Amino acid sequence: MSPLLDVRNLRVSFPTPQGRAEVVKGLSFTLGRERLGIVGESGSGKSMTGRAILRLIRTPGRQEADRLAFDGIDLTTLSERRMRDLRGARISMIMQDPKFSLNPVMTVGAQIAEALLTHETLARRDVQARVIEMLHAVRINDPERVTGLYPHEVSGGMGQRIMIAMMLIPQPDLLIADEPTSALDVSVQAQVLDLIDELVRDKGMGLILISHDLQLVARYCDRILVMHAGQVVESCAAADLHKARHPYTRGLLAAVPRMEETRDELPVLDRSAWSGT
Amino acid sequence: MSAISLKNLDISYGPTKVVQGVDIEVAEGESFALVGESGSGKSTVLKAIAGLAPEWTGEISVLGQPRGHMVDHGFARRCQMVFQDPYASLHPRKTVDAVLSEPLQVQGIGNRGRRVVEMLAAVGLDTRFRFRFPHQLSGGQRQRVAIARALMLEPRVMLLDEPTSALDVSVQAEILNLLKRLRREQGLTYLLVTHNLPVVSFMCDRMAVMNKGRIVEIAPATALHDGSFQDPYTQSLYAASGGNPDRKDI
Ligand SMILES: Nc1ncnc2c1ncn2[C@@H]1O[C@H](COP(=O)(O)OP(=O)(O)OP(=O)(O)O)[C@@H](O)[C@H]1O
Ligand SMILES: Nc1ncnc2c1ncn2[C@@H]1O[C@H](COP(=O)(O)OP(=O)(O)OP(=O)(O)O)[C@@H](O)[C@H]1O
Ligand SMILES: [Mg+2]
Ligand SMILES: [Mg+2]
Repeated sequence: MSPLLDVRNLRVSFPTPQGRAEVVKGLSFTLGRERLGIVGESGSGKSMTGRAILRLIRTPGRQEADRLAFDGIDLTTLSERRMRDLRGARISMIMQDPKFSLNPVMTVGAQIAEALLTHETLARRDVQARVIEMLHAVRINDPERVTGLYPHEVSGGMGQRIMIAMMLIPQPDLLIADEPTSALDVSVQAQVLDLIDELVRDKGMGLILISHDLQLVARYCDRILVMHAGQVVESCAAADLHKARHPYTRGLLAAVPRMEETRDELPVLDRSAWSGT
Repeated sequence: MSAISLKNLDISYGPTKVVQGVDIEVAEGESFALVGESGSGKSTVLKAIAGLAPEWTGEISVLGQPRGHMVDHGFARRCQMVFQDPYASLHPRKTVDAVLSEPLQVQGIGNRGRRVVEMLAAVGLDTRFRFRFPHQLSGGQRQRVAIARALMLEPRVMLLDEPTSALDVSVQAEILNLLKRLRREQGLTYLLVTHNLPVVSFMCDRMAVMNKGRIVEIAPATALHDGSFQDPYTQSLYAASGGNPDRKDI
């Protein structure tokens, strides 16, 4: 059986005054119906990797791959129209900037309803009920009020959860979640990630969880890729993260503030130790 | 004199009142945290202080000057805000260089090029980002530009709305160290919104906890060491954040 996602030698580049710069430099991995975490420093290429899987790199950016296949479908040669049908219905991505990705002139309720209708045909009343139920599931208080709000009228954490609701409601086969819970406190974060986890377990959804939070990725993923400067520098089972050897991974573990913080300064990474960019 | 004084502050958006009866006094040079439930009104409080949520009643004053309901141009020099949503707060068609030098230009400050370069270095951004547009940056890089912009005018009071939540912990550590150093050297005052309690422990002296538009508790940040909070909502927030794993005996 072919894997859910097969990525070989993925490259993303942008023109710069110094010539074309590669920001993803030959990434390869396969994903089954499992949970893959991608962690790495700011600017290391995590979001670009997620976008490239959906073929969402905008010109003048360019993406290339020896192979990019989803459920046996070759995405590199698929027409733009068929690609659009896949996006949102079978592959969803929770973008890092939720408010930017929501339609500013459409109410939250209408947008979630639209996402639902790409997946099934339902009577209007049932649509509304499902939308409210989904907002409940992502722990939005007072979902009836929130369906009538526009994106600029919701708080940062509400925006993230609305985006998550919208991406989960069509029950995709693959979910790419880019920093999906960075604006949420730990308790809401756990509830939302448990919901995603349920879909992985019960519906066999594949998950790529992009995050800068090592603890979170270790808890919600099976495998972890650590990226740096466009490349994978370490790959391990989530359970073995504490044994990580790359200086970047080790440095990250030390820089996390503690509940009883007595240090006057947090340790920072000596980037010159391994980075050439 | 308090750096920030809020008295009996109510804030509404149209017919809905989202913040009620907020009283906070932040001393000069203090670092004060605002934490609490998502949607409880934390960003709204910061926006009202910055003059971006005009429907309020009560009293707001910054460095002893009462804030009116109008836009106040001298205000920018004294008080700057870093927004939760850096994408929305950066102009899409302005380069990083323009974003950082404009406030200097408006205030008639010279030596702009050098100041821009120094500030980029201070927030850990290479000079190759200087002439890029926001959409050519990663999420964390944009966030650092927003922080740099707020620091350009060397304000005395900073309103920081989740300034490091989009950053990996290594970059977060650099930014927090920078903010802490500026406060030590220049006596800056911070009002910091975050959902990350360990960040409060590192950065702040006191914290106010918000729930459903109201402040339910104001406590010293050292209460995070042993969880000595009074309010049930604060207690549950603390427990959900894992308490203090270094003191499991408590
Ligand atoms: N349009 C563009 N032109 C040039 N460079 C770009 C462009 N868009 C992104 N980049 C660069 O590509 C690199 C990778 O960006 P990406 O958004 O994937 O980072 P990331 O790992 O998601 O970081 P973060 O954790 O900060 O979100 C960054 O250094 C960024 O500056
Ligand atoms: N422009 C607006 N119009 C109407 N309601 C708004 C507007 N902006 C915010 N609200 C509402 O005000 C309430 C408080 O929002 P606010 O952004 O202050 O929350 P927050 O505490 O910062 O939450 P988060 O931690 O999720 O960012 C929310 O219920 C939100 O829907
Ligand atoms: Mg990113
Ligand atoms: Mg907010």
